[in-house]
Amino acid sequence: MIIKIYNAHIIDPFTSKEGIADIILENGIISKVYFKKKISQLKVSKSSSSVIEINAKGLYVFPGLIDMHTHLREPGYEYKETIRTGTLAAVKGGFTSVCCMANTNPVNDNPEVTYYILAKAKEEGSCDVYPIGAITKGLKGEELSEMAMLKEAGCVAFSDDGMPVMNSMIMKRALDYSKSVDAPIISHCEDLALTEDGVMNEGKISFYLGLKGIPKASEEVFVSRDIILSKYSGAPLHIAHVSVKGSVELIKRAKEEGVPVTAETCPHYFTLTEEAIRDYNTNAKVNPPLRTEEDRQAIKEALKEGIIDVIATDHAPHHIDEKKVPFQEALNGISGLETALALSLRLVHDDILSLRELIEKFTVNPAKILKINKSGIKEGASADLIVVDINKAWTVDKDKFASLGKNTPFDGWKLRGKVLLTIKGNKVFDMRKSG
Amino acid sequence: MEKELLNEKEIERILTRITHEILEKNKGAENICLIGIVTGGVYISERIKNKIKKIEKIDVPSGSLDISFYRDDINFSRKRKIIKPTNIPFSIDEKKVILVDDVLYTGRSTRAAMDALMDFGRPAEIQLAVLIDRGHRELPIMANYAGKFIPTARNEKIKVYLKEISGKDSVVLITQ
Amino acid sequence: MKDLVGIKELSRQDIEEILNTAKAFKEVLQRDIKKVPTLRGKTAINLFFEPSTRTRTSFELAEKRLSLDVLNFSVSMSSVVKGETLYDTLKTIEAYNVDYIVIRHSSSGSAKFVSEHTPASVINAGDGTNEHPTQALLDAFSILEIKGRLDGLKIAIVGDIIHSRVARSNLYLLSKFDTDIRFVGPPTLLPVQAPDNVRIFYDLKEGIKNADVVMLLRIQLERQKGAFIPSLKEYFHRWGVKKEDFSYIKDDAIIMHPGPMNRGVEISTEVADSSRSIILRQVTNGIATRMAVIYLLTPREA
Repeated sequence: MIIKIYNAHIIDPFTSKEGIADIILENGIISKVYFKKKISQLKVSKSSSSVIEINAKGLYVFPGLIDMHTHLREPGYEYKETIRTGTLAAVKGGFTSVCCMANTNPVNDNPEVTYYILAKAKEEGSCDVYPIGAITKGLKGEELSEMAMLKEAGCVAFSDDGMPVMNSMIMKRALDYSKSVDAPIISHCEDLALTEDGVMNEGKISFYLGLKGIPKASEEVFVSRDIILSKYSGAPLHIAHVSVKGSVELIKRAKEEGVPVTAETCPHYFTLTEEAIRDYNTNAKVNPPLRTEEDRQAIKEALKEGIIDVIATDHAPHHIDEKKVPFQEALNGISGLETALALSLRLVHDDILSLRELIEKFTVNPAKILKINKSGIKEGASADLIVVDINKAWTVDKDKFASLGKNTPFDGWKLRGKVLLTIKGNKVFDMRKSG
Repeated sequence: MEKELLNEKEIERILTRITHEILEKNKGAENICLIGIVTGGVYISERIKNKIKKIEKIDVPSGSLDISFYRDDINFSRKRKIIKPTNIPFSIDEKKVILVDDVLYTGRSTRAAMDALMDFGRPAEIQLAVLIDRGHRELPIMANYAGKFIPTARNEKIKVYLKEISGKDSVVLITQ
Repeated sequence: MKDLVGIKELSRQDIEEILNTAKAFKEVLQRDIKKVPTLRGKTAINLFFEPSTRTRTSFELAEKRLSLDVLNFSVSMSSVVKGETLYDTLKTIEAYNVDYIVIRHSSSGSAKFVSEHTPASVINAGDGTNEHPTQALLDAFSILEIKGRLDGLKIAIVGDIIHSRVARSNLYLLSKFDTDIRFVGPPTLLPVQAPDNVRIFYDLKEGIKNADVVMLLRIQLERQKGAFIPSLKEYFHRWGVKKEDFSYIKDDAIIMHPGPMNRGVEISTEVADSSRSIILRQVTNGIATRMAVIYLLTPREA
């Protein structure tokens, strides 16, 4: 299979190259990248079974995106999502690498589960899967998991995501121990005692709806705690799904002081606020919850200033029955792989980030934190790139999602920016015709 | 389009005649009571009561009856009228009740009023007095005392204006 | 209007229509035959996932007085215990072809959820900590009977506001009229962000000063366990309404309580039994108000 992409605007933070180029892929390898000064006018011949030619004038080519925070649900929750459907959703959204969280059943706290995930991914997956192992056995927050063996089996980081590590001493030990394993701890910052049985952000709207609120302090208290533990330990800490202005301020100060902390946020935190819940919309129920406009602006600022390094999806698919219940009974989560890039491109359309800065948050930044080696778009490398029309208008239709999870608050939204092709090795995913 | 059928003087004469007919049939004003069907019937009932007072020097017990809860058309989302309270401050047992309404049409309001009265007690007799009978009965109901019989078409409407509500007395025919 | 899911969705006009209709029904309840045939042949089901004798009895009486056929479904005999979802319970009930569903459930927003999935008319009898609209309506009716108006009144709501659906529904209703509303209680039981038109008071005497109406809310023992208040004794000391507090409220002010009362916690015995308390009247008005609500709703053609 030969793929020829002409006149694409490449932005590749891995090679630091940017410009108009022709790319030729042969049998899954990038055989030629030819940067040029002028766009060539050419007629593209009709694709055959062995040759695809694409005139990418006006289109962008980026390295395949990396999602640092996904829930693939397999093993154990295949009714919500499988590795097959989850990775398919990923490539549709432009992601060629996903890091799947450990809160499966059984929990990924031992190498056997890691091997299972990797085997399944190899057999049925559409993209690279990098498992994230648990910090504690069974996510119970009591005993450390076998981090070294998990790393050797293929885990790239450790997280009890879904749960915080409530006991500060255990978290301290985890951070200390992780230094010997050379993989970062990703922290889900939430004080369960402050959260209690809250179901949305505590504020005007929670009162209005008669729903129990989760104070912002719940996130901030643990962001603060984990930063301090990281400071004293010297172990790298990555803070998952930042949602609150206060957290941003803590992370900023920590970075200024040289604490080895990095942070991520998710598209829903810079797109929506608690207002999205006003009519008890369970598709907007997520943990951490959607916050206020003040927080949303702070998250955008933080992305701009580099305080938040990564945009991750926290893709959390659920079965329709788990959302078709009264609000407080609904499970938390948004199925986000297929809308993440388009929602994030709004930051570019609104001049918050340059396109390059945005792509960094999906590529070099997560790769660096997880020490994943990606070559980028360079001759001799395995193909790992996406072709994107950043201006193409489309309407979100959850029923067309490749993900089994149709739980999205963005259904029906008109977005700008679509992934047209995702090419990983010799797998080509062509989304040009579909809606 | 509105056409006046009865003016103030004509209405006045009709009510006087009805009053005399009531007194004649019931051999006086003992043991009768007047109950007006909300809304138009109430004021007409009061006027009859006042006339009886002038003629026989007797205060006939009077009350008002809202029939909303007895209607048979609850499912057909008609424009809901404002409910005025029912007020029957006396026992109707063994009495001759004269129901008073402004317009008799299909007969359903009268049927509802009779059902309501049965829940209030056991009258000796129920008689019906109306200012206008416009025909088109859908139930076997007749007025004992009718002011004027006005044949109408189904798409026409009869509106009774009363001084107590609209400042004037007039009966008009409205054609769509 | 198909459903009564909350006061939030009602206009001032809707509320006035309901209260006006309730007045007519109150008269019916004073007759010898306390029944009208208006909804004869229709069926209502009382779907109570939370135990409640008072509210359910009140609704049941209201339904029967309207000549409805009544079904009662309470959680002890339900398959909910076996893990059936609210949605499935609802669909089963629908197979019985009911016209009206009165629902009390522990999840906020559950009445709205049910109303969206059935053509029957849904009446919220209390959904979690969200709303209890018929309570607010009967409260308003009771105030109206005595004061003759809602506009211009000063109302103090005292107690466990954040956990109270009665407080919320009353807040929304009274906010649609020209009223001065105060929330009074310990900081732990008051909203973190008060609605704009409400003044917050931690001190009872300050909060009820010159009030025309004092609404008391029930304090549950769980609040002591959850560290919201140190003890019921301290609560009574600081926020329980006692006889001496009468000197702060207007001379013709009334005391209200949705019931059941905790004597010696939110209210002293003398106040509960005083002539200022209209608590029993509230119960009587409950039936007429609920009759009005059911009468005014129209189920959708299935």
